[in-house]
Amino acid sequence: MQRLALLVPTLLGLSVLLFLWVRALPGGPATALLGERATPDAVERINALYGFDRPLVEQYLTWLGQLLQGNFGTSTRTGRPVLDEFLVRFPATIELTLLALVIAVGVGIPLGYLAARHQGRALDHTTVGASLLGVTIPVFFLAFLLKYLFAVQLGWFPSAGRQDPAMIATHPTGFYVVDGLLTREWDAAWDAVAHLILPAVALGSIPLAIITRITRASVIEVQNADYVRTARAKGLRPPRLRRRVVLRNAMLPVSTTIGLQVGLLLSGAVLTETVFAFNGIGSFLANAVFNLDYAVLQGFILFIAVVYAVVNLAVDVSYGLIDPRMRVR
Amino acid sequence: MTTDPSAQSLVNATAGEATGSPGSSGRDAGASIWRVAARRLRRNPGAVLGGVIVLVFVLVALLAPVLAAYGPEALPGRTEIRPTYIPGPSAEYPLGLDRYGGDLLSKLIWGARASLLIGVLSTLLGLLGGALLGLLAGAFGGWVDSATMRLVDLMLSVPSLLLAVSIAAVIGQSSTAVIIAIGVVQVPIFARLLRGTMLSQRGQDYVLAARSLGLSRRTVTMSHVLPNSLGPVIVQATLMLATAVIEAAALSFLGLGGGSPTTPEWGRMLTAAQNELEVAARLALLPGACIAVTALGFTLFGEALREALDPKTRKR
Repeated sequence: MQRLALLVPTLLGLSVLLFLWVRALPGGPATALLGERATPDAVERINALYGFDRPLVEQYLTWLGQLLQGNFGTSTRTGRPVLDEFLVRFPATIELTLLALVIAVGVGIPLGYLAARHQGRALDHTTVGASLLGVTIPVFFLAFLLKYLFAVQLGWFPSAGRQDPAMIATHPTGFYVVDGLLTREWDAAWDAVAHLILPAVALGSIPLAIITRITRASVIEVQNADYVRTARAKGLRPPRLRRRVVLRNAMLPVSTTIGLQVGLLLSGAVLTETVFAFNGIGSFLANAVFNLDYAVLQGFILFIAVVYAVVNLAVDVSYGLIDPRMRVR
Repeated sequence: MTTDPSAQSLVNATAGEATGSPGSSGRDAGASIWRVAARRLRRNPGAVLGGVIVLVFVLVALLAPVLAAYGPEALPGRTEIRPTYIPGPSAEYPLGLDRYGGDLLSKLIWGARASLLIGVLSTLLGLLGGALLGLLAGAFGGWVDSATMRLVDLMLSVPSLLLAVSIAAVIGQSSTAVIIAIGVVQVPIFARLLRGTMLSQRGQDYVLAARSLGLSRRTVTMSHVLPNSLGPVIVQATLMLATAVIEAAALSFLGLGGGSPTTPEWGRMLTAAQNELEVAARLALLPGACIAVTALGFTLFGEALREALDPKTRKR
């Protein structure tokens, strides 16, 4: 509860910073909208229309009031409400980041565990080396490599987009994979999955490397802990010991790490979505930067900060479930 | 962008050295741990590899005018370029030409200079800013501390790349913008780290000893607490160099780096090569590899340094 209460001032502070930041952009929104050679008259009209000519405090309070009512302003580029633009694209990014996280967790934890069990042997060294590479290869470069190898050269996967444009599919939820399953359009669902795989692998690479390393280090530490020795001395059989004692205790630092990866995934989505022309919030945000689309930038960054904060809060709360010693008071 | 988990143990190590001889200054105690660390680094193959990689790239960057056959923006093979054909490696151009007729090898060499300069300057900026904030918070405590840390929390509540993108967007598209953006993003990380280590140092016995000997708070902070808090910061800075090089490339990949398509900067070259994958993949592969290897060098060295300064793994 205390943590939840702390979220409010943080978000308010962030909203002030974001508001001031957008006002500091060069050129101003009217110039960005109308181009360099806009007449002063036209600039004034746009300023009056969007309220850019009011005092800053008034502009901020108006903006904040609108935010609270779910009105995130209008994109100066598309003329559509920011919230709509966001909601249309958010499912795409959720699908992408979730799959990336599933890959990172699903491969990272077993790999880290195996490396720890075989500490000092070839498997361990390979894993440690590979995870080091995973952290140092830039996401967008890896995305390039995957696209070049598996889409351009081998042709196994599509190279861009969320779904084949020729595919006629209905989208009741906006989650293309789920849509395909719901409407029983299996080919559409599979096509959406195929479009997701390469970007998700690229996006998941850094979290995968980090999760593998943390799992390995954590398992090694727990393996040598006194309580594990005690449990073994009391006659707990190795398979049960590994599952109930080692793995469970080793998962604590790993679960914290997984929460921290969400920020990395959302950042990485900006790059990966751009490489794969994947129409999610990441590529839309990248475009908004060029168009100096204030409302979109403000709204999207605030959205992402909220998502980030909520996920980390959820991780904190989940400690209590995994480890009774850490119940959040 | 995780905070350094071994910071705590590192602090204890330095403090342990200092408490052994409470009369000596923090600097002496620092020197001995650094000597031990240097010896351990030389024995660690990862550290040697990382150090060699970093050294090679730094040398290439420094000696770029001597090593590169052509100038940074020169297009010696302009007339040989066709829309569907870009000449590959030859005697004259060891790594072939790029889309605009520039010599790829020369551009990679000049790129080392640009990328390393951006990485080093932005990390220095982040280090200075973070040190200033962390020092303020750690030295004064009280409301200064809370105010500073709230600001740090705020900055950390936005994923780092997004923060950098926003800052670069405000400043405008140039390499200066990239340096400032990446530097500012690092400020909260350094600030929090330095404050944390300083706080745990302040509770140490040697600080009490120094205070009871009549040294002023300022002297204790500047010549005892600060030197003893530097270890984790230096480790973090080395690791940050890797992140800075990668993020600089990411920003210029997103078009925030400024310059023209012929500007020799690795991220920029990678972006320009985006549409040439089928014509000449090496145009993307080589700059990408340079970024990755440089980052690998800094990471290897940074992690080895962390291990070398960690008392838990010492004397084994």
